[in-house]
Amino acid sequence: MENEILKIEHIKKSFGDNIILDDLSLSVYQGEVIVIVGPSGCGKSTLLRCINALEGIQEGHIYLEGEEIKKDSKNLPKLREKIGMVFQSYDLFPHLSVMDNILLAPLKVQKRNKSEVIAEARALLERIGLADKENSYPRELSGGQKQRIAIVRALCMHPEILLFDEVTAALDPEMVREVLDVMLSLAKQGRTMLIVTHEMQFAKAVADRVIFLDGGHIIEEAKPCEFFENPKTERAKQFLNMFEFDAVKDSSK
Amino acid sequence: MQALGLDVLFKGKNMVRLLGGLWVALKISIISVAISIPLGIILGMLMTSKNKVIRGILRVYLEFIRIMPQMVLLFIVFFETTRVWGWDLKGETASVIVFAMWGTAEMSDLVRGALISIPKHQYESGSALGLTKLQVYLYIIIPQTVRRLIPLSINLITRMIKTTSLILLIGVVEVLKVAQQIIEANRMVSPNSAFGVYLTVFLLYFIACWPISMLAKYLERKWNT
Repeated sequence: MENEILKIEHIKKSFGDNIILDDLSLSVYQGEVIVIVGPSGCGKSTLLRCINALEGIQEGHIYLEGEEIKKDSKNLPKLREKIGMVFQSYDLFPHLSVMDNILLAPLKVQKRNKSEVIAEARALLERIGLADKENSYPRELSGGQKQRIAIVRALCMHPEILLFDEVTAALDPEMVREVLDVMLSLAKQGRTMLIVTHEMQFAKAVADRVIFLDGGHIIEEAKPCEFFENPKTERAKQFLNMFEFDAVKDSSK
Repeated sequence: MQALGLDVLFKGKNMVRLLGGLWVALKISIISVAISIPLGIILGMLMTSKNKVIRGILRVYLEFIRIMPQMVLLFIVFFETTRVWGWDLKGETASVIVFAMWGTAEMSDLVRGALISIPKHQYESGSALGLTKLQVYLYIIIPQTVRRLIPLSINLITRMIKTTSLILLIGVVEVLKVAQQIIEANRMVSPNSAFGVYLTVFLLYFIACWPISMLAKYLERKWNT
């Protein structure tokens, strides 16, 4: 666990006068699953987007295995290969079949052998139960299926770390589970993952560490059992209470 | 045959002349489209630029061309350039200028629409996979833009072919003008010929435009994403 993969040092991110992340530092170790929770607008998605430089930062540094990630640096595509990212809106490429979606980056970016990548993609599709969909187009799939394929697409690049940005937020409730199950199995395999989610039960089950973000700061950082059973800060308590309220509504339906 | 006045089509070279007229209309459309597409793509890309002045100028150009009836544009280019600058434009040249101006304006708006309709996340998920900017455009953005664009620009071609019927007003002998000449010349011998000749003109336009619009429909269905 002591092998540090990602190091975030004192980063600051603002849009104009609006400060999103303020002097935030975080280390992620190999095989660790970190779940980031917090109220909307707290900067959790922005944090993920800064890690693979979809957003630039004003201050601080981000290192992936010792190499600095910078928005305009030349080796950014190279570093991004090692960071798999899955978005809320799945973002498969609509003009490509499932297989071509998966193959695009391994073939064009990593210039790998086609038959080898196809074999790997088939094995992964098999594992998520979508082996029969390789020739389908994204428009023929459900949201949950698209999201699982987006995960496979990221996995085929052999990333060192996976970022999940509210990947179930746009899904119908009955499809949330199938996506979370895939993520659970990845965690079980020992993948390094950073997950932004509103699924608290899932966070509890999957996380090694929970990070509670509010106002661009890390307010609380703890093991999931501690954080959910016994939050130390007032703000975290308030935040978790919101979900208690949600839970009441769900069960009364 | 007599009643419909179709017989005049078989007199002399009348049918060949009609086809020749159609060719003039098609030629002007094809040349104008060939000019409009590349210019429209460039202007359309500029219309998505961040520069407000460029966007403003292009917007004014687009609205001006759209609001102005094509006939007025034809008159301006054909007659007024002669009066003001003393240019002696041939009718066909003036037509190509007007149709290329019009086509460029319409095309640029189509390109602009297609470009802004590609969600930001398509760019982002491409770069998140490690594709370079060029690769993102090459494999993700351009293929999607072209798929959206081709059916629309094919429709523009058929609109252009139909609108060429206006150019007889500046003396270009295209299919409709030939039809009028044939009818005039045979007024005494077959007074009914107008119906048959115009029917033929209708069919000729139909034969020219229908396959094109079918192709657009087919591509739209095939690429419907």
